[in-house]
Formats: sequence, C-alpha cells, structure tokens
Amino acid sequence: MEKYLYIALFAPLVSSLFSALFTATPKKLFTGIIASTLIFVSFIASTILLAYILKGGEPIHVEMMTWMATGDLYIPFGFVVDQISVTMMMVVTLVSTIVHIYSIGYMDHDKGFNRFFAWLSAFVFSMMILVMSDNYAGLFIGWEGVGLCSWGLIGFWYHKEIATWAANEAFIMNRIADLGMLIGIFLVYWNTGTLQYDEAFAVMPSLDTATLTWMGIFLFIGAMGKSAQFPLHTWLADAMEGPTPVSALIHAATMVTAGVYLVVRSNELYSLIPHVGLFIASLGAFVALFAASMALVNRDMKRIIAYSTLSQLGYMFAAAGLGAYWVALFHLMAHAFFKALLFLGAGNVMHAMHDELDPFKMGGLKKVMKWTWIMMTIASLALAGIFPFAGFFSKDTILEAAFAEHHFVIYGVLLFTAGLTAFYSFRLVALIFHGEERYKIFGIHPHEAYRFMLIAMSPLLILAMIAGIFQEPFFGMVEEILSAHEYHIHSHTTLWIMLVGTQLFVGLAILYAYKKYASWSRVPDGTSPIENSFIYKLLFNQYYIPYFYEEYIVKPYREASELFWTKVDMKIVDATVDGIAGIVYGTGKKTRKMQSGNLSTMLKWMVAGLVGLLSLAVVFGLAARYSDKIVIFLSALGV
Amino acid sequence: MEIGLNHYLVLSTILFAIGLVGVMRRKNLLLLFFATEILLNAVNVAFAAISHYYGDLTGQMFAFFVIAIAASEVAVGLGLLIVWYKRHSSIDLDALTTMKG
Repeated sequence: MEKYLYIALFAPLVSSLFSALFTATPKKLFTGIIASTLIFVSFIASTILLAYILKGGEPIHVEMMTWMATGDLYIPFGFVVDQISVTMMMVVTLVSTIVHIYSIGYMDHDKGFNRFFAWLSAFVFSMMILVMSDNYAGLFIGWEGVGLCSWGLIGFWYHKEIATWAANEAFIMNRIADLGMLIGIFLVYWNTGTLQYDEAFAVMPSLDTATLTWMGIFLFIGAMGKSAQFPLHTWLADAMEGPTPVSALIHAATMVTAGVYLVVRSNELYSLIPHVGLFIASLGAFVALFAASMALVNRDMKRIIAYSTLSQLGYMFAAAGLGAYWVALFHLMAHAFFKALLFLGAGNVMHAMHDELDPFKMGGLKKVMKWTWIMMTIASLALAGIFPFAGFFSKDTILEAAFAEHHFVIYGVLLFTAGLTAFYSFRLVALIFHGEERYKIFGIHPHEAYRFMLIAMSPLLILAMIAGIFQEPFFGMVEEILSAHEYHIHSHTTLWIMLVGTQLFVGLAILYAYKKYASWSRVPDGTSPIENSFIYKLLFNQYYIPYFYEEYIVKPYREASELFWTKVDMKIVDATVDGIAGIVYGTGKKTRKMQSGNLSTMLKWMVAGLVGLLSLAVVFGLAARYSDKIVIFLSALGV
Repeated sequence: MEIGLNHYLVLSTILFAIGLVGVMRRKNLLLLFFATEILLNAVNVAFAAISHYYGDLTGQMFAFFVIAIAASEVAVGLGLLIVWYKRHSSIDLDALTTMKG
C-alpha cells in the first residue's frame, strides 16, 4: 500500500515540474493533458487507499526519510494515511482532477497556459503534503506551500494591478495567522517534546488546562487565517481576482478548508479544552451569518460565491467547535463538491459573458447555457440544503448537532443563515439565468462552454446530488478515530418538526428569491431607495471592514514605514554604513599618491613604517615596564 | 678597555642606520643590494654578540640562517638585475616604474 501512498503524493509534483519546464514557451496542449493525467493517477491511488481503509485496513504510516535530527529534536518526513487524511486526499485529488481538465478549456486562449498548470499541480502537491503529513512540521510545510501557490495563482494575471494586490493581501494576511500557528506548534513541541500527532496527543491529557488552551488558541489562529475567518476574512473575497478554476479548487474546495482540517486533526487537543471549542463554534456561527449577509447584496458573481464559501466554512467550524468533528469533515467533503461545481459553472458564465461579473447585467442565460443552468441550479440546491442533495445531509447534521448539544443560540443563527444562504444562492441563479436578457444592451453574444468542460464537471454534479448516501459509510469509517457519536434528537417528533421546518424555511427563501429576481428587467444604477438605505450600503461595503483596514492599519503602517525609512534607515543606518565606506574611500584617495611605482619612494615609506612600528614597540615596552608607576601617577591625577 | 656587548650593539646599530640610509638614498639597484646586505649583516652582528653574551647558540644558528637566506636572495636578485639590465640597459631606480598605479 505504501506504493500507492507515494504515487498519490508525488504524481502532482512530477506534473508540476513537468509543466514548469514549459513555462517560458507558448501554449502547449500536452502540458495540460499530461498534468491532468498525472493528477488523475494521484486520484486513482487515493481511491485505492480509500478502498483499503474502508475495508478496515490499518492506517498506513511511512517514514520516508529523516528531516531534522539534532539533540532531542527528531522530525522525520513521515506520512500517514488514516481515515481523516484519506478523506481529504479523495476530496483534493478528485476536485483537482476535474479542475485540471476544466482548465484546459478555460485557459484555452491564455498566454500563461503552461505556467498555470505548473502552479496548479504544485498546489495539489502542497495540499497533499498538508493532509498526509504525520506531524505538525510537515503540515506547516504544506500549509506554507499552499499559501505560496495560492499567491501565485491569485496573482496569475500579474499584469492586472488589482490581481497582484489581492495576491499580496492574501499572502500577508496568511503570514499574520501563520505566526500564531508557529507559536502553537512551538508550544506543542515545548510541552510534549514531539511534533508527531499520535505521540503529542498521547502526552496532552497530562498537561494543565492553561497550556492546552494556549496551544488550542494559537493553532486556531493559524486556522483562522487559512480558512479566512473573521477578522482575517477580507482576503478571500479579493482572491476572486484569480482565474475561476483557481477559485473553485483553492478558494472553495481545498485550501480554505485546511483550517477545518487542522481543527479536526487536532481533535484530541480540542476535546480537552471545550471552552476553546465553544469559542470556535461561536466564531463559526458568527462568520456564517456575517458572510451570508454580505452575499445578500453583492453585485459580483464570484464574490457572492466566495462569501457563501466563507459562510459554509463558518458552519464547519461551528460543527468542529462543538465536538462534531466528523460532521465538520463530512460537510467539508460535500461542500467541496457542490461549491467547486458552482464556481466552475460561474466560470462558464464568465466565459460566455466575456468576463462580466455583475449578475444584473446578465439574465435569461438559461436558453443558451442549458447545462450550466442545470448544474448551477443543482449546486445551489445542494448549497441551500434541499433534500435529497448533498448539502441537506451535511448541513442538517450540523444543525442537529448544535441542537442536540443544547447550544440554541448557535442553532438559531445557523438556521437563519441557512435561509439567507438559500436566498442569495437563488438570487444569483435567478439573476443570471432567468428574466430578461439584459446582456443584449451590452452587445454580448453568450455561448455554452466546451462540451468536454461540461463532461469534466459532471462527476461533481453527480456527487452534489448523491453525496448524502455516503453519510453512513463515512460515519462508519471515521468513528474509529474521531470519537464520534451520532447526533440524534431524542424525540422523533422534534426531529421531524426540525427537518420539515428547516426545509420549509429554506424553500420559502428560495421562492422569495425567485419571485423577487426572476423577472428582473433593469440594471440597477444606484438610484433606487433600497440601494441608498443604510443597511444596503453597510452590507455592500462589507461592513466597511476593508475600508477600516485600509485607513487604520495599512495607511498608518505605511506612514510609520516611511518615517522609519527616511529618518532611521536613511539618516542613521545608511549614514553609518556610507560613512565607513566614505572614510575608507577617502583615505585610499589621499594615500594612493604613495603608490608612485618608484621603488625608491616605496622603500622610503617602508623605512618610515618600520621606524613607526619600532617606536610603538618601544613606547609599549616602556609602558609595560613602568606600568605600576604610571598607575600611581594616574591615580594622583584623579583618573 | 675591554670590548663588551654594548660595543657590538652600537656597531650593529650604526651599521643598520647606514644600511637604512643606503636603502632610502641609493638610486642604483646594485648599490641597493649592498645596502640590504649591510642591513642583514648588522642584524647578524647583533645576533652573534647577544648569543655569545648569553652563552646560547640559538642566536648564532639564526645568524647562519640569515646568511644562507641572504645568499640565495642575492643570487635571485642579481639574476633578475642582469635580465633587467639586458632589456633596458639601465639599472636606475627612477626608471623602474612599471608598477605605477
């Protein structure tokens, strides 16, 4: 089985290196095809591993090589395939394969075609390291790797200034969080003496609660950055500047869920500190509502989906924080399927609309883009949690878990958010695919995407529809290591009322969205009363948080930097260094006349030097000889 | 008057001073070598005298080393001097400025 582990891990690396050979050359179709094939090979290997684990096989643990061994510190390049990592491997490789194939069509006319595949495969490799590592150090390497690839892919169109800005924003915000994560890892090492998951978790129950709390908090700060939780959330929406397949793979399905993975992986730590768990759950519920509210009014198709991703990440953290780790992981998986589908559908629409992102300028696209319409509708139904699609099983279980744990506030917030989710999802679908064909004003002639792109998306479509049936086998698989219990509301009546009530609530939200937006006929121009209301402006400007960051953090920081640059750096540090160089240069300039080339003159200088040195020797010799007398003389002078 | 250590040392110092002046003042390369020899031999006199004064042979051994090294140095130096003279037909120091920076 180790063979398959290595294949799954290294096929993406080979793919990336291969594509990287052609980055400086014009588009070559075969890089896309070979990259996709290699990722598919990785997917097959992961499937074999999943089948092995599902059959009840022992988790595979390999130690490829020693990485660091100094004194007591021993960190190997170790990899583990257990129930958690195999789930993540499946999600990552499956969505990656589909996104790779889709990208062959999406990046068809792009000059950076080969470069795109090099970055995308490098991302898959980093993500595989992240999920397969058996220690925190390896996880951190993968963590930084996906951050780097995310930077490269958000800023893929580097000639657009806004894209490079967004890439830097994402990278810097993640750096801030990574500091927290590093501190967390250091704490784990100091207190347990190891970074291996199993060994560290074995020691943790004997540590005191305060230490564990700090560990949990700092590790979670890392998770907050990667999963874009409040207050480090602004980068995710801006990251939509990258190509759409990137948004689908990195900023919806895989990388942003790394934070959830970290919490699930560290479940043995977090189950020891339920108060931190409650904080995580509360923050998750808050972010779910917060992000959903921003999605309500946004006029950028990709940003709406990005906010919905944020909101769903909030759901996952809510579940993980309440101890329902397997539910969080299950929602992560289901979410990856339907959210990637939604993004790829949005990519088709963008292509058809010549990169127009405002859904108000679309409308009526279902006539020309029938398949995309069907896929996005089903993905939205799954996202809204309508029976029998994937989201129903995962999201409803989160609600049940919150209810069963008697956290009724969190339950209420999540339930309300479910309604908002349904509303904004179908607002988007209604605006894009129904109503009048407003795009005609702008002279656009939309067309459906390539057939192979649609075929590539179809596995996601199927999974978005049927992923719910995996709930039981999934639970059976992960319960071995996630100490999971099924959340059952004790009374059947309550359960049914909850189920039907939720469905009705969500259904009504969908109907309302359709009623309001399906017959929309004009492009808003900022004059209607609702657009001028306070709430609308607040939500449309993302609660003025980006503005706040810009005004009160970025600008003061910039000013402080300028101050330090002009005053400290230029006047003190640079001046010192320049001064030393100036002295040396000046002396050289003055004394070069000695080097006249005349042997006689040089001999004279030599003699002068000899005399100088001899006199120094005599002076020091005398001083050493009469030191006691000199000391007395000096003390008499009062020195 | 018995001749003691100090006499030798004074002789050595005088010789060394003469040598130094020669090194600084001579413009003829050949005479420069003479001046160098005087310098070295001034030191040799001092070595031998101090060695005798302390009854320690190390100084005299060192003087022999200096003589041997000086001999080889003069051999190499004179060789170069002859080559230089054949090329430029002059051994004037002021003409020897190809190393001017």
